[in-house]
Amino acid sequence: MKKSTITNYATYGGVIIAFVVLYILNNFGMLGPVLSGQLVPICAYVVMALSLNLTVGVLGELSLGHAGFMSVGAFAGATANIALAASIPNTGVRLAVVLVIATICAAIAGVLIGIPVLRLRGDYLAIVTLAFGEIIKSIINNLYIGMDAKGLHFAFLNAENLKMDGGKMILKGSQGITIMPTSTFVAGFVLVMITLVIIFNLVGSRSGRAIMALRDNRIAAESVGINVTKYKMMAFVTSAALAGAAGALYAQGMFVLDPKKFNYDTSILILVFVVLGGLGRMWGSIIAAAALTVLPELLREVRDYRMLAYAIVLILVMLVTNNPTIKNFVQAIAEKFKGKKVETKGAGQQ
Amino acid sequence: MKKFLSIMLALVLALGCLAGCGETASTSTSGDAAAAAFKIGGTGPLTGGAAIYGTAVANAAKIAVDEINAKGGIQFELRFEDDAHDAEKAVNAYNALKGWGMQIFLGSVTSTPGVATSAQANADNIFFLTPSGSSTDVLGGVADPLTGTVSVERKSNVFQVCFTDPNQGLASAQYIADKALGEKIAVIYKNDDVYSTGIYNSFKAEADKLGLNIVSTTTFTTDSQNDFSAQIGKAKDAGADLIFLPMYYDAASLILNQANAIGYAPKFFGVDGMDGILAVEGFDTSLAEGVMLLTPFAADAEDEATKSFVAKYEAAYGETPNQFAADAYDAVYAIAAALEKAGATPDMSASDLCDALVAQFTSAEFSFDGLTGAGMKWSATGEVSKDPKGMMIQGGKYVSMD
Repeated sequence: MKKSTITNYATYGGVIIAFVVLYILNNFGMLGPVLSGQLVPICAYVVMALSLNLTVGVLGELSLGHAGFMSVGAFAGATANIALAASIPNTGVRLAVVLVIATICAAIAGVLIGIPVLRLRGDYLAIVTLAFGEIIKSIINNLYIGMDAKGLHFAFLNAENLKMDGGKMILKGSQGITIMPTSTFVAGFVLVMITLVIIFNLVGSRSGRAIMALRDNRIAAESVGINVTKYKMMAFVTSAALAGAAGALYAQGMFVLDPKKFNYDTSILILVFVVLGGLGRMWGSIIAAAALTVLPELLREVRDYRMLAYAIVLILVMLVTNNPTIKNFVQAIAEKFKGKKVETKGAGQQ
Repeated sequence: MKKFLSIMLALVLALGCLAGCGETASTSTSGDAAAAAFKIGGTGPLTGGAAIYGTAVANAAKIAVDEINAKGGIQFELRFEDDAHDAEKAVNAYNALKGWGMQIFLGSVTSTPGVATSAQANADNIFFLTPSGSSTDVLGGVADPLTGTVSVERKSNVFQVCFTDPNQGLASAQYIADKALGEKIAVIYKNDDVYSTGIYNSFKAEADKLGLNIVSTTTFTTDSQNDFSAQIGKAKDAGADLIFLPMYYDAASLILNQANAIGYAPKFFGVDGMDGILAVEGFDTSLAEGVMLLTPFAADAEDEATKSFVAKYEAAYGETPNQFAADAYDAVYAIAAALEKAGATPDMSASDLCDALVAQFTSAEFSFDGLTGAGMKWSATGEVSKDPKGMMIQGGKYVSMD
């Protein structure tokens, strides 16, 4: 088997084992209220980190507005959830429908951003996505959505512009959306698995190799006839769509959604997950996203010093993962194991 | 390798020490933990942009708890968690408090986190009394003025000590109309802020009803709250003689400054978020001369309770308490009063305590005298009944306008 295939199966396996262990612990009430309440957000952040890793690690473009796509998915999903509450009473089915709607909305946003920007060379994607995140925040801050017997109403600036005839307010500008959570840990797990399947298959396919060729050397890739814009779009839109799904999952797990939540800080947080986990390394993103989401809550024990402690831990992780001595040490151990493996393989063949 | 290891170990040790400090500090805040005490928790922004509100509530709640514990009788153990003004972190903080064994919840300080934690507390049936989460979605069950339907169900165990945002807007419009304070009114509000937009919307609706003449409405956001020249210029061009400022004092102080700089001196009318403007560092308080505001609390009031609270707060934290602090102080005392009346004991479960407290708070006999109002009563809707007082700043002090 190829090395990458082994890593992929190991990642699937690791996620499944983690899910089963956490699911059992949670059902027996052994997780504690904090961790058990964080299961859905962790899944959402893991999907966010995986999707951003596709843009940053595999495509090699910097995106600083990934929270913008999450926001599109979150608000589209939450609106759809409330609007469909009457027609689809089953929450599981509704969640699936809502995730699909959110994915499509975020993908459309990704296409709109990608068409002009991905034709350019240089760091324009970083600049434009940075602006995109802020624009989305501003738009949703001023957007009002209501629903009455005639259907959905959209308006800008204030609720009176909706011209509502009774009915119900859904999105109230800066006050956001108030919903009842329907996301479950199982749904989060399924979404993480789907994301992994999509990303691993994309990366392993012919298209994936073209995308990585673009990352490594654009001119060389162009010279062998790779359509630059097409493959860049493929990776970027997939990444945006998955971020939208993550946003919808996140939104469905909250009681209230605030447009300001999906700001520059959140984009950078996701980028930190990706960089700490390793560019292009999917299992790294999963671990980093999960660990760094849980860490601030564990640090509540140190009270006033938790911000300090969080920063120190981040710096230590950066130092340790990049320290040549430790890297060599780990490599030496890995080689020892490999050596053994080769031996046993050899023994098996004889 | 050795060097690196030693640095790492040193850091771990240092962290351990810091952790130790934190631990001792927190136990000392929590009063006499050994004796049977009610575990009371709260969340609020202790870090980040909104930290001044969270720390004010945490500090005042601690003063109230220490006072009550010193008296004997009902004992409290207080724990206050940081939510960084974020709904997701607030739910985490709430869950952490639940893990600690919280019996009574002092709510979340700010509105958006409050909407999330109140829904959780309602599901868990833990009593929720927020000092300052003023959005109606925190309480639930309040019909939207536009559609007349309820979008968030009433959470029956959730109560507020502060006014709701719509009530403030309503009261402000009525006050301006009653006293005929302005012919042409300009409004500047913060349109990415729940508090500010909530007040503005109800102010606008009531002003239209009362026939107030609003000549200019302009907005700003968190990102643009340093320069108000465009908004002030518009109000000036429209000839406004009164500017309504439904916002917190930090932005309001800049507006006063910048209006003064271009020589524009209309009347200014604020809401309870304006309280604290006299304490802004580097702000020339003479600019606030003649500013009117509706607030339930004034730090320089002459009554004994306010004086003693302000003196204690200033001695402990070196700053003048604002209305958030006063609301928090009242919240703790209101809970203590209700517990006493209900004859509750600390060994009761959170759910039983919640039922007992809800019964007390909604009963007709229960009324509470605090810093922010006398004879406060709570209705089944969770809103408090107390009157906002019209205050005017004169000679660097609040003077009642009635």
